[in-house]
Amino acid sequence: MTDMRSDAVDAILRIDGVTKKFRDTLAVDDVSLVIPRGAFYSLLGASGSGKTTLLRMLAGFETPDVGRVLIDGKDVTQVPPHQRPVNMMFQSYALFPHMTVADNVAFGLRQDGMAKPERDARVAEMLALVRLQSHAKRKPHQLSGGERQRVALARALAREPKLLLLDEPLAALDRKLREETQLELAALQRRLGITFIMVTHDQDEAMTMSDYLAVMDHGRVLQIGTPGEVYESPRTRHVAEFVGAANVFEGRVLRHREGHTEVRCEGVEVALMLPLLPQFSEGAAIAFAVRPEKMCVDTAPREGENAIAGELDDVAYKGDVSIIHVRLGDGRRLRVQETNVRRDAAAAQRGRRVWLRWRPEDSAVLLP
Amino acid sequence: MMGRTRAALAVAALPLLWLIVFFAIPFAVVLKISFAEAIVGQPPYTPLVQIAADGWHWLASLANYLLLTDDPLYISAYLNSLLVAGISTVICLLIGYPMAYAIARAPEAWRNPLLMLVILPFWTSFLIRVYAWIGILSTNGLLNHALLALGVIDEPLALMNTNFAIYLGIVYSYLPFMVLPLYATLSRMDLTLLEAAADLGCTPWAAFWRVTVPLSWPGIAAGSLLVFIPATGEFVIPDLLGGPDALMIGKVLWTEFFSNRDWPTASALATVLLVLLVGPMVILQALERRGGKA
Repeated sequence: MTDMRSDAVDAILRIDGVTKKFRDTLAVDDVSLVIPRGAFYSLLGASGSGKTTLLRMLAGFETPDVGRVLIDGKDVTQVPPHQRPVNMMFQSYALFPHMTVADNVAFGLRQDGMAKPERDARVAEMLALVRLQSHAKRKPHQLSGGERQRVALARALAREPKLLLLDEPLAALDRKLREETQLELAALQRRLGITFIMVTHDQDEAMTMSDYLAVMDHGRVLQIGTPGEVYESPRTRHVAEFVGAANVFEGRVLRHREGHTEVRCEGVEVALMLPLLPQFSEGAAIAFAVRPEKMCVDTAPREGENAIAGELDDVAYKGDVSIIHVRLGDGRRLRVQETNVRRDAAAAQRGRRVWLRWRPEDSAVLLP
Repeated sequence: MMGRTRAALAVAALPLLWLIVFFAIPFAVVLKISFAEAIVGQPPYTPLVQIAADGWHWLASLANYLLLTDDPLYISAYLNSLLVAGISTVICLLIGYPMAYAIARAPEAWRNPLLMLVILPFWTSFLIRVYAWIGILSTNGLLNHALLALGVIDEPLALMNTNFAIYLGIVYSYLPFMVLPLYATLSRMDLTLLEAAADLGCTPWAAFWRVTVPLSWPGIAAGSLLVFIPATGEFVIPDLLGGPDALMIGKVLWTEFFSNRDWPTASALATVLLVLLVGPMVILQALERRGGKA
């Protein structure tokens, strides 16, 4: 795991034990985060997870009930939005409808009292950055959704903030444009070196763009790590199921044998092997997750791997991959994802008896 | 598709018909009379064309309009009316904007009751409400009684029959026409824009001037038109509250029509008033279009 709490990190932002209550609901519950300078950091969670409230506290639109927010070492917890070295890109973009694109981008610079020649140069530079030079004189209502998104980005970047906050920046775009923009935005962030903090409910977006992500649920941070760490080693069942798909097994430790820990799970006749986990005593409750693409469907079990017998329930053929559901004896369905490397892969038949197998080390042990 | 086009035409035809019947035709009559000459008779003006044995005689003249430019009474009545209406509009805006803003930003449950309070005076006749001000403002009126009782003043203030009373009457009567359109634009405003402004370095005050005010231009323009235009031709308020020497074009018009029975001069007065009002209206509508792009 990346140790994000250590003081060794060059932190642009520290969130220190922050809690925020709205009436009776705890929107943010004792959250502490350290965000390294220059990172693309995502707050990932479903709606109501507190991610947006946390972002709004960074912008200064909400004040935490408890805890502190430090930007570049300075406590800004009580500093109003207009005095923070932070800019935000709003989900709705919040472009000023009565101003041209250029005036929108210049808005913050004018407020800062930048002289006109300097300001014009900066606006031109920002519009070039988002490839909208030819649209400078247009009003927001004359732009497409993607163009508006880029104006919002240019406006937020114009003042060279220490932190750029992005609230679901791609949610309003259609799917194809969203995928293109994901890569573009991540590339832009690397080029500028400004720390980006993005709120999103889309795990795919968070994985693609971020250096680090914090998975949130019910106001708490469940896990922090690189996309790879969070995906491959989810700490809880919620994380495993929210970030990607997962087959979760729950059971008790049977014994430790031959470099493996054997687990007896409900609804599975054979004992399943995990890498040796000496911290679990025999009889202890244990849960683990296996990602669908780590499993494969086969006609026979294989030595040294876990194998469960089942019936092929249905196959969702997607061209490049197939999502296969296998029904176990107790009626439970497991999900397997196979890459269709051969052209006859589409031929899998329903109702066939199959073996599901995976390597013990591809299981991720979950916290209770 | 055919049916829809016809329906659209019908919808467009209704206001057009309204305009023709209640504005264009009466105005054409007024315009015609303004070129005639006053006589004692029924109707009290000459025809524009006289048919005699030796042919047609064109009797129309611009004499009434020339009279208006000759007599400083009319010119100063026009100017005074525009001035009173202009100042009243500004006062209405200064009072109405904070009112509309407060209602638009009040908790959702409060907004409709507050709007009701703004509209409430309309439930009583306009005339009665203006008369009520006489009761309040006169020497023995409520206000003087109250101020005397409180010891603020030692002898009654002369409030009636003053310019102050005219302004008070106009602002009181027309304030709702300013508040309602302002409320409509302010309540529609996306409040995220204010957060965006704050995020970009604006204090709440700066955000108000750079975002809220420009975005409420359509409301400011509509409200100002709704106050300025009727206030310019206002007759009842200056007549009841302003006393005999209050020089406003509405009163002059009334006098020409009913006391002097000089319909042609009165018609010319009305025509010029209309032209004077169309000017600012065009300007305000241009402003509204600018803001309306929003």
